[in-house]
Amino acid sequence: MHMADALLSPTVGATMWACSMAAIGYSSKQLKKNIDNKTIPLMGVLGAFIFAAMMINFTIPGTGSSGHMGGGMILAVILGPYAAFLVMASVLIVQALFFADGGLLALGCNIWNLGIYPCFLAYPLIYNPIAGDGTSNRRIAIASIVSVLIALQLGACSVVMETLLSRKSELPFGTFVLLMQPIHLAIGLVEGFVTSGIITYVKKARPEILQSSSAYRPLDASISVKNVLVAFVIMAVITGGALSWFASTHPDGLEWSIEKVTGKAELAGQEQGIAHALKGIQGKTAFLPDYNFKPSVQEESKEKKSPVWPAIDAGTSVAGIVGGGIVLGLVLLIGFGIRFFKRKTEP
Amino acid sequence: MTFDKEYYNIGLLDRLSYQNTFVHRLDPRIKLIATLLYLFTVISFSKYEVVELFPFFLYPVLLITLGEIPLLFIIKKVVLVSPFAIFVGIFNPFLDTGRVVLMQELTISAGWISFFSILVKFTLTVSTALLLVTTTSFPGVCHALRQLGVPSLFVSQLLFLYRYIFVLMEETMRIVRARDMRSYGRRGTGIRIFVRLVGILFLRTVERAERIYYAMLSRGFQGDMPTLKRFRITASDLGFAAFVIAFLFIFRFYPVSEELGRFVQGVF
Repeated sequence: MHMADALLSPTVGATMWACSMAAIGYSSKQLKKNIDNKTIPLMGVLGAFIFAAMMINFTIPGTGSSGHMGGGMILAVILGPYAAFLVMASVLIVQALFFADGGLLALGCNIWNLGIYPCFLAYPLIYNPIAGDGTSNRRIAIASIVSVLIALQLGACSVVMETLLSRKSELPFGTFVLLMQPIHLAIGLVEGFVTSGIITYVKKARPEILQSSSAYRPLDASISVKNVLVAFVIMAVITGGALSWFASTHPDGLEWSIEKVTGKAELAGQEQGIAHALKGIQGKTAFLPDYNFKPSVQEESKEKKSPVWPAIDAGTSVAGIVGGGIVLGLVLLIGFGIRFFKRKTEP
Repeated sequence: MTFDKEYYNIGLLDRLSYQNTFVHRLDPRIKLIATLLYLFTVISFSKYEVVELFPFFLYPVLLITLGEIPLLFIIKKVVLVSPFAIFVGIFNPFLDTGRVVLMQELTISAGWISFFSILVKFTLTVSTALLLVTTTSFPGVCHALRQLGVPSLFVSQLLFLYRYIFVLMEETMRIVRARDMRSYGRRGTGIRIFVRLVGILFLRTVERAERIYYAMLSRGFQGDMPTLKRFRITASDLGFAAFVIAFLFIFRFYPVSEELGRFVQGVF
């Protein structure tokens, strides 16, 4: 369920990064106002706990397949939404770097899908109202299962949206949703069950942990449900609008991302100038300029959603294939060469 | 046992990141930014470009060889996480049926090209991300993040997380081992036992966090984990940065593979 770099376009990746970074900044700021230093080690160690717990596998009743634990909701219940979100983001960063789950550019998407939904949507809007004051085990069980289910469904749905907006996959929306949602319904049920089990276990064994942790829950007191909803609607409209706008005006997205990174547009113009010059050189040095193959029949069934089919790019030429092979060979040669020389120079 | 293997793998990544080579000595900030730029450039190629991506293999290859990273280890990790990308991409050949002429006689559907493009991008992005962390110590990455403006509270708990992954994983390994010793086949691996194990692990974790906090408090902890190490940008850092920018620039805007192919065809 982790989004992968290869399926992303730069536009979607950068937008989600910006959103997630803003959320991290905002949460850190909120948290700084009302925690004691004791929470920082607790957050870090609980993040490590989520890791360790993910590695314990268990058999899912009835199916015999094996399951793992996610953990956003447990963290939200114990630490409160802001701290839980930061821990989830850290867990995802470590996963991206060490387990290559998802990727660095997809990190923004993953933090959004697996962090924002459980911590800022499912926890305050679903878990809290159902669980109430947390005295009834049955209410805790229902609250955790429902909130985990909904958070996972939202996350899976976002994976679909992000993939489709990136236009790297040809899967139509309906099919993709039908593939993703039921799988995550099953996962969500198991995860919700595990979450409720752990919360009730902790409640029984060390009730003061749950009680004292409510001290770090600024969201309950300071933010009303209505404000959260309004903020989400606004964010959704802005991201949706921005994404579709960029997606339509910059199908390539590179210029835009350069602009985004450097903060000014001149670089893009400059690069186009150099690229232009390079094109000129290319024209002069081309040995067989008309050796390109055209893409055969521009079929009518081509996607209606994106009519700009990059026809030129698809016309892979023999020159391209030959050159690609040579480049790969050269790269390998360079690699082995360096290794060889290193061995030689070392005593 | 998969658990031991996972643990060993993280440990290996950690150990590799403390080697002393040219790549390891580079400033973590430069490496982080270079990696992000590289990833951006790679995924900015449109879905029908494959050959244009080949020159980009040079970057991970250079990191692997200069940083003395075991190649097989990286390849294994890349293969291990590939299922999702393959799952989403494998439908392309069947859904995108536009024909593309490859050679005189050979025609394939455009979907194969985009599928292959996804695979190449996947290999490049995943291996480069792994190489960032095998050539830079994770605390180095964290301090780089802090200097690049990420809130220090976030960075501090990220450092904690990383430090205690190893401690808690060893603890978990003992728990899992004890469970496996006592469970014959499937018995004892059910969801109820799992919940209890995780519950115990959780309580131990919270208690450990308390002890850690008091230990740190007595050593002057004030909510931040500054580093003594001063990061300085040296000439080799600037050289590396210039190289990466030139590299990305040339291969993004100049179709090297195609030109080379033409050249060779011209010769023969």
